Amino acid sequence: MSSGFEGFLDETLRSFDGCDAAFESDLLQSGELRRGEPDRKRDLHVGTVAAAAGRRDNAGMAAPGPAVVVDGLHKSFRLPHEQVHTLKERVLHPFVRATHENFRALSPLSFSVQEGEFFGIVGRNGSGKSTLLKCLAGIYHADGGRAWIRGRLSTFIELGVGFNMDLAARDNIVINGVMLGLSPREARRHVDEVIAFAGLEQFSDLKVKNYSSGMLVRLGFSVLIHVDADVLLIDEVLAVGDAQFQQKCHDQFTGIRRTGKTVLLVTHDMGAVERYCDRAILLEQGEMTMLGDPHEVGMHYLQVNFEQETQEPVQTPGDSEKVARYGNRSAEILRTWFEDEGGAPATSLPHGRPCALCAEVVFREDVDDPVFGFNLHSSADHNVLAANSEQAGASAGSGRFRSGERVTFRVRFDNLLSPGRYEVTPAVARAGAWLDRRERLASVVVTSTHSTDAVVDLPYEVQLDRSATSPSSQALA
Amino acid sequence: MTAIGVPVRGPTALGDDPSRFARLTWTLAVTQFKLKFYGSVLGYLWQLMRPLLLFGVLYVVFSVALDFGKGLTHFPVMLLLGVVLYTFVVEAVGSAVNSVVERENLVRKIEFPRMAIPAAAVLTALFNLGLNLVVVAVFAVVSGVPLHAALLQAPLLLAGLVAFALGLSLLVSALYVRYRDVRPMTDVFLQVLFYGTPVLYPLEALPEDLQPWFMLNPFAVVVQQMRHTAIDPSALSPFELATGLQLGVAAGIVVAVCVVGYRVFRRMAPRMAEEL
Repeated sequence: MSSGFEGFLDETLRSFDGCDAAFESDLLQSGELRRGEPDRKRDLHVGTVAAAAGRRDNAGMAAPGPAVVVDGLHKSFRLPHEQVHTLKERVLHPFVRATHENFRALSPLSFSVQEGEFFGIVGRNGSGKSTLLKCLAGIYHADGGRAWIRGRLSTFIELGVGFNMDLAARDNIVINGVMLGLSPREARRHVDEVIAFAGLEQFSDLKVKNYSSGMLVRLGFSVLIHVDADVLLIDEVLAVGDAQFQQKCHDQFTGIRRTGKTVLLVTHDMGAVERYCDRAILLEQGEMTMLGDPHEVGMHYLQVNFEQETQEPVQTPGDSEKVARYGNRSAEILRTWFEDEGGAPATSLPHGRPCALCAEVVFREDVDDPVFGFNLHSSADHNVLAANSEQAGASAGSGRFRSGERVTFRVRFDNLLSPGRYEVTPAVARAGAWLDRRERLASVVVTSTHSTDAVVDLPYEVQLDRSATSPSSQALA
Repeated sequence: MTAIGVPVRGPTALGDDPSRFARLTWTLAVTQFKLKFYGSVLGYLWQLMRPLLLFGVLYVVFSVALDFGKGLTHFPVMLLLGVVLYTFVVEAVGSAVNSVVERENLVRKIEFPRMAIPAAAVLTALFNLGLNLVVVAVFAVVSGVPLHAALLQAPLLLAGLVAFALGLSLLVSALYVRYRDVRPMTDVFLQVLFYGTPVLYPLEALPEDLQPWFMLNPFAVVVQQMRHTAIDPSALSPFELATGLQLGVAAGIVVAVCVVGYRVFRRMAPRMAEEL
């Protein structure tokens, strides 16, 4: 552990505001987060926590100090190589031990969480989120580094852990409470509240095995909420339960924020991260690549997520040879792609930023006044964008293109699309006839921290004028 | 560095808070005990029936048909007591072996003192032993066994037996997480223990110069001493049978099993969650 980190932590203990600057400079100096793969582009984003701090100050909460401090915590797993030995081999080589490799689930990472802070941990599957949570919870033994937790801890890795299917809800609540660290008396005192919160009053004496999965989830979450913990470690719980229960959980989270409990939340729901978290970290392959403002972390997560996804060989329409193609080929579309606001080719585009549709065309014959165009289709097959060079006001025509000429055609627009996958169909036409049209040649994923049912996600403003007189009464006056 | 609050130390065998360990062990044991015969009509009765049935069979075969207990006072009571004590060891160790593996979902999802699991298995078996001893007492009274003041030794002997079972339970439950061969080995060991202890045959049936050597087996010492104090004072006590050295070995085995079991479990506890 570099002494720089210790300095950072001391700094953290003294003042919350000092934390970010110290952390930022420290991380950058020590290069702690860059270790491992120097060739990979690995920007460290340290967002502003001032916003988060301000939010809490508005709520009238003081920030008395850290509730969780993590200092260089790391963890590896032994992955045994599964080998099938025949009995003969076994007998001949009885002392050959199974080989194994070390898998680094969590590279050394450090951060601290303030008391009363809602702290998000995001990352792809297998990025080490749950390992981190389990190390903090004391379920896994960390290989090195240290961590401190101030106050009573309650862990919620999975809903309904340790529920005994043959026992009634009441018994299970007591047992679960005891497992989580309550005394049986405390646990019994909470039983009615827990059942009421879960909305299971009618079923409190029913064996748990007769519960629906949703009821189990509600019961599990309810138990967690009612353990009087100061620090809550929660792994993916919002994704379950019916709409009403989800609302209850959301309400409860809002309530937790107000009561000053510290929460570390592992989730894939960027909406939840933005809504509740004061800060968040992003884990990639066991390394902390970002710490800071939840919105920025959320956006970065989505970007990373879909970049990697689209790099994997997904069967896109463009890959297939059988992609529908029309036209006489006097001009040929060679390729088509998307560009982000910086002009770099992109496989995912963040919502709300400028972007461009591009195609490269080569002419095989001389052509007068061709029209270049794109159609963009959502996965629900809505045509969300039809753009071409004619409509764009080139009324005089695009001019003459010689045989052999190469053209790159670009359509720039602000990405107001709702999140999802989109496919583009580029085309070149002249006088109503296709020269070349390639159906759904390329695709892109639009990422956003919030989702919508709408075809597009237009920016809007909400206004409610309740005190103003209505237009009709004005007219009468 | 200034530390705040409690350092996270990862999972341990006993945890930081002994009262939490005790509460958890108790709760787990009570639950297990309740569940054991949940849904069966006769409930606890089955718990009593099992050793009684085994006793019945052994009694008919060895006492009536083969006449092992000829010339001994209260051989049936002794047989029943031996069976009940052995049942305790089998239940404790046999259920402890895979207890940690069986409760995988708890171990992998919740932080708690790991040793509570095998300890609860032993405690559950102890509950059953308590019930079964009531039956033995009733049977003894009906058979006309007089009450001896020496009976006061019984709790001490039982404590030794519990320690022996607990040590074994810790050892095998920890090892079973990594080595699945432990289970059949345990089964074999428990069989050997049964036949290596004068339960279904009286000690007197053995050649006289061999008898002291059986007192190397701590379970045999407990059974024989229980017989001597509770049932038949005329039967030789281990202290009359064996040398101090032999008894010392037996006591040493119990201590060693406890120490080794505890240490192995403590060593394995931090990584149990990931090895399951």
